[in-house]
Amino acid sequence: MLSIPCPFCGPRGEHEFQWGGEPVTRPVPASEVSDARWANYLYLRTNTKGRDRELWCHAGGCGQWFTMERDTMTHEVFESAQISLGRIGA
Amino acid sequence: MTGRRLSEGGLIDRARPVGFTWQGRSLSGYAGDSLASALLANGVRVVGRSFKYHRPRGIFAAGVEEPNAILDVTVGATHDPNARATLVELREGMAARAISGWPSVGVDVFQALDLLHRFIPAGFYYKTFMPGWERFEPAIRQMAGLGTARITPDPRRFETRHAEVDVLVVGGGAAGLAAARAAVASNVSVMLVDENPVGPLQWSGGVIDGMPAADWAEEAVKGVAVLSRATAFAYQDHNTVAVMERRADAAEGWAADRLWSVKARQVVLATGAIERPLVFPLNDRPGVMLASAVHRYLAQYGVLVGAEVVIVANNDTAYGTAAALLAAGAKVTIADVRPDPGPVAALVAGARIYPASTVIGTGGPFGIIYADIGPVDATRSDQLTARVPCDIVATSGGWTPSVHLFSQSGGKLRWDDGASAFLPGAGRQSQHVAGALAGANDLASCLMSGHEAGRNAAAALREAGKRAPRLTVPRAEAAPVATPLRPYWFVPIAGARQWLDFQNDVTVADVGLAAAENFQSVEHLKRYTTLGMATDQGKTSNVNGLAVMAGLTGRGIGEAGTTTFRPPYAPVSLGALAGQRHGSLYAPLRQLPAHAEHRALFAEMREYGGWERPAFYPQFREDPPRTIAREAAMVRTEAGLFDGSSLGKIEVQGPDAAAFLNLMYYNEVANLKPGRLRYVLLLRESGIVLDDGVVARLAEDRYLLSPSSSHTAGVLAMLEQWHQTEYPAMQVSFHDVTAAWATFAVCGPRVGDILAKVETDISLATLPHMGIASGTIMGVPGRIARVSFTGERSYELSVPAGYGPALWRHLLAQGAAPYGIESLSVLRAEKGYILIGTDTDGLTLPEDLGMSGPLRAKKVDFVGRRSLATPDALRADRRQFVGLLPDDPGFVPAVGTHAAMMVDGVRRSLGWITTSAHSPATGRSICLGMIEGGRARIGQSVSLFDRGRVSRATICSPVFHDAAGDKLHG
Amino acid sequence: MRYSAVQLIRQGLAGHTGWSPAWRTPELARGYDAVVIGGGAHGLAAAYYLRKIHKVKRVAVLERSWIGGGNTGRNTTIVRSNYFFPESAALYDFSLRLYEGLSEELNYNIMLSQRGVLNLAHSEHDMELMCRSVNAMLLNGIDVELLSAAQIRREVQTLNFERDARYPIFGGFMQRRGGVARHDAVAWGYARAASDLGVDIVQGCEVTGFLRDGDRITGVETSLGPISAGVTGMSVAGHSGVLAGLAGFRLPITSYALQAMVSEPIKPILNTVVMSTATGMYVSQSDKGELVFGQGLDLYPSYAQRGNLPVAQTIVASMLEMFPSFRRLKLLRQWAGVVDVCWDYSPIIGPAPVDGLFMNCGWGTGGFKGSPVGGWTLAHLMAKGDHHVLSRPFDLGRFTSGRLVDEAAGAGIAH
Repeated sequence: MLSIPCPFCGPRGEHEFQWGGEPVTRPVPASEVSDARWANYLYLRTNTKGRDRELWCHAGGCGQWFTMERDTMTHEVFESAQISLGRIGA
Repeated sequence: MTGRRLSEGGLIDRARPVGFTWQGRSLSGYAGDSLASALLANGVRVVGRSFKYHRPRGIFAAGVEEPNAILDVTVGATHDPNARATLVELREGMAARAISGWPSVGVDVFQALDLLHRFIPAGFYYKTFMPGWERFEPAIRQMAGLGTARITPDPRRFETRHAEVDVLVVGGGAAGLAAARAAVASNVSVMLVDENPVGPLQWSGGVIDGMPAADWAEEAVKGVAVLSRATAFAYQDHNTVAVMERRADAAEGWAADRLWSVKARQVVLATGAIERPLVFPLNDRPGVMLASAVHRYLAQYGVLVGAEVVIVANNDTAYGTAAALLAAGAKVTIADVRPDPGPVAALVAGARIYPASTVIGTGGPFGIIYADIGPVDATRSDQLTARVPCDIVATSGGWTPSVHLFSQSGGKLRWDDGASAFLPGAGRQSQHVAGALAGANDLASCLMSGHEAGRNAAAALREAGKRAPRLTVPRAEAAPVATPLRPYWFVPIAGARQWLDFQNDVTVADVGLAAAENFQSVEHLKRYTTLGMATDQGKTSNVNGLAVMAGLTGRGIGEAGTTTFRPPYAPVSLGALAGQRHGSLYAPLRQLPAHAEHRALFAEMREYGGWERPAFYPQFREDPPRTIAREAAMVRTEAGLFDGSSLGKIEVQGPDAAAFLNLMYYNEVANLKPGRLRYVLLLRESGIVLDDGVVARLAEDRYLLSPSSSHTAGVLAMLEQWHQTEYPAMQVSFHDVTAAWATFAVCGPRVGDILAKVETDISLATLPHMGIASGTIMGVPGRIARVSFTGERSYELSVPAGYGPALWRHLLAQGAAPYGIESLSVLRAEKGYILIGTDTDGLTLPEDLGMSGPLRAKKVDFVGRRSLATPDALRADRRQFVGLLPDDPGFVPAVGTHAAMMVDGVRRSLGWITTSAHSPATGRSICLGMIEGGRARIGQSVSLFDRGRVSRATICSPVFHDAAGDKLHG
Repeated sequence: MRYSAVQLIRQGLAGHTGWSPAWRTPELARGYDAVVIGGGAHGLAAAYYLRKIHKVKRVAVLERSWIGGGNTGRNTTIVRSNYFFPESAALYDFSLRLYEGLSEELNYNIMLSQRGVLNLAHSEHDMELMCRSVNAMLLNGIDVELLSAAQIRREVQTLNFERDARYPIFGGFMQRRGGVARHDAVAWGYARAASDLGVDIVQGCEVTGFLRDGDRITGVETSLGPISAGVTGMSVAGHSGVLAGLAGFRLPITSYALQAMVSEPIKPILNTVVMSTATGMYVSQSDKGELVFGQGLDLYPSYAQRGNLPVAQTIVASMLEMFPSFRRLKLLRQWAGVVDVCWDYSPIIGPAPVDGLFMNCGWGTGGFKGSPVGGWTLAHLMAKGDHHVLSRPFDLGRFTSGRLVDEAAGAGIAH
């Protein structure tokens, strides 16, 4: 059972959280994006083996989304951070 | 019949006899007995049969490692088809039976298989039965399996618990106790779990800090939360340890087995070690036992398992067993594979010791009557030095530390030649290892390493600068100087049958076969020979098997490696793993505010998307189709009443609410006027229709969304995600108020008459179709929306949920006829209204539903828009939403019927029917469906295919009733 | 050496000293006409078909660890072809047909047991979706039956038929040709047959990079040195993203742990494979008597081959909801494999975005049943340089065109 540090609530059990994927940048304006680039955004992922930054949501708690670094091999978690007003993945 | 109970000694209570049955025969043991010790005390020898050759098997061990004594055990309502007799505490009325052997475990006709053993070596089934496996498999399955499970319900209650502690100590032996004692001295919370009812220091004897070990043990755990009969079976990420607490004595209605999930800041593993046997010819006879088990039966249970015991060992620890046996009056002979046992021999004056020797054969029917002792390098079975009469052969080949949990936690193992064992290497979590697990081999060193581990665990939790409390290391008398263990893996007699895995019948020869056939990786070895795959998971056999393989392939044991240690450490109750998540608590259903009212109307309640809702309201002796037809007709001709409370209600507020929702929805919602509603679609970013629903604008900066009942949580989550991750600067917030309101739809030609009797300050006369207004209803705050899912003039009345039952009863009393979801489905089908998830699926785009207007009008880059322009989205042959009229108006095709056409003589699917019904409004059968290029096919005839039955239908518009919508606007 | 009952008796009389290795331990050559990365059932099958069908001369399989040790040896051994879309049905049924002849083809008993795969429906809506699926399958040429609750009751007495069950049984559908096969035997059988045809199976050989000539991949860097290849194929479930990274591209794949577990063995109590539409749980009983069961993915991506307890508890609870009497049984072993999941839960079979490399990956939770056809189509791609008709719909390009093959979306069937 992972202990996940919500930046708002502190560490909580993994059952309160929802994994939200790799942060990806939405290409804009979407109407001017090629099919290939749109497919990249929708579907292609680095799928890192090892430490990587991910989106998480404290769905069973404060409901806030945040980013967290986690190792996909060891499941060790590192720092988490609030999402700034800038765009994700940018 | 050789085992017997001694008149004194052990932790059993001779004043409390316990009656039980074995194979239907009444026997007696004592309180404090395990089932295994009670059987041994009664002289029971053969308790089972091996899996493959059906050879007789006796009790081999005293703990969790027992491979043979797997029994069918019943106590009251509790039945365990595969109980491990060594772990079962004896209870009054317990009925134990062997799980194998026909006609009996003593005389088993299938033992004939043993005569064929040379033709059925490891993996023989891969080499034969082709073709014809399907003919042999049923018989082989019938032969396999252990106990027979009952299919009656299990009445027991299970539960799960969570605990958070500073230090968790696993293992209640000397090391674990010393660790707990040291940790708790630092004023941290300490939990200690042990799988046994009583810890080993209670019966092992010895003196610690000048007091009897048992008394010291009591002292050591003061202030420690101790969980006994509790097996730590899985060491998971983030220092979480899963513990199964067995509560065999729980009274009915109270929790039996209990699963603990323990999160510890520091873990001390003091999981001990399991003795491994020496391997020798015919070592599988009943009467061959682990030396440590022989000792434990004597010390803990007062059972002398045999009068004449041959001990075969390669290390000092068996001499303790020998000394105890001698003291109890047994005759003891020792074969020691070492040339000279050294100082330890002084413990066993009176026992004959054969140095540089091992057992090279055993003999006897149903057990052992003699053991042949011969030199360790014997290559023939007739090279015996002595034939020693005996009824027990106690074997000790060294100790295998229980590294299971350590390995599960991500720790690395290393082979240690000195200990001849895999020991913990580098760990990955906040953990410490101690005692026999860490290679300690006597009481003093176990205490020392436990003490260290406990102190280190506490130190890791201590604030910088704070000092550890003073506490002395617990002291015990040092053992005699040890003579090193001598690795010795099997007797080099060609052709002799020497067992490694007793339950699965894996022998040294099987490992040899695997080596010759290139199944040399330890995992291949396991899978090919089934070594270690029995219910003991190789606790006594794995290292011996690996060593044999390593030797055969010229590798070191460390190089050959070990198989993966998987949870659980020992088999654990499935019921307790599920805990309370059972029956109605597995995935609780939501109920409507007027649930009781529906039940009072005898509604057929069914689950729809996690809600328990009325499907329809059958009258006396009315079958479902008739009920549905009646309810639908009532709505069209009179007035209907529908409970729509489960329909989602998400309030969206903020200065940017309009702009944000416009970025979300497929339809334009920013230009919606306050007080008006609009039907909208919500897409995924891939363009797929996620949901439909109605959006109401309550005010300039305030919207009310009505997602489908089953999609409300998903829609809310989607809005939050987009807001927080993509448009965080927009000022808007969301609130799910579904549970706060009860909502009832009243509709039909007589709706005006009904609502005339509802006291409200909302003017229905001025409320247009797709309008909404707030006010009071029957004196409480409420809303009325004019919106229809039936095609009839319809008003949705919403009041605070607590007033729902009263409003429902009031509306009912005014003559509105209740109708359920199934009836609504007919009504909406007549109008061609889609039902998300029924008419749509995970591939449906808005255009497929015939909704392309909003896309053309809208400028905003809403969610999913770009995906509507991919080559696949623009294909002309996409499946499109249409109606179908069966040629036979009396025939209602099943939902899921396909429309098909013949291509090159083969019938090819064009799509399928998603909704079908007998339509009261049109007096005939109608269908909705998704058909390839469907809109272009309107007017065409297609064939319908349902499981071989073929009929015909004509494709048409999906609106069958009141296409102009006069009824809605009138 | 041919395996047979006669051979067993002959060898038994001779003390089993005459058996030859099931597959050779070869000298690694510096170059091959075709190199398959990944010694699972898919990769071994590809190598076998490269030699057997396409007569490619020098073929090697490179396995990082031990053959059959990835998802081949970790799955719940279910084989079936009850798929909704024609392209899926064609692919999986071809695979099942290969399975049906595999024991004899390979001279190795893979213990194919066509005991039937039963999918349960728990509501009227489930039944309607199942009817849609059943008709699609029948039109696809796959023989399946829609069953009523009463019919199911006759076949699987242990199920929870209580009317007030959380997931009451309304009916279901059965593919009788579906069933289970012995997973290890599939890998070993292909390995032995491929080795006999001259394929080099190299264990303990990890691919660490790719050799290139301009934009074209011309071989692999390995822990045992560089190996040149006329053509390279990858079949590395659980590591597709890593290999793609080494080759310089990304895939529409996320890797998750998928758990499976077994109970202690009991006498035969369940004769078919049972899957629940509501929970996604599936269970069968092995020949040894263990109940083998699993459910959905763990909740976050992982390359660790272990499952976590909360999900394990859910899986057990789901199984017991269907089979309440199994509460008194015990869990013997729990493990996980790393599955490479595509967005549409269908595999990717086809050319990689770089020349000289072909992929067979992304089978998600369903790779075992596709082993023969995955190998077959990868071999075809590697030998011919172009798609087999079966693999074309599963090309990577579908993610750009938007033409996904989303079975779950189309049919609502738990994958």
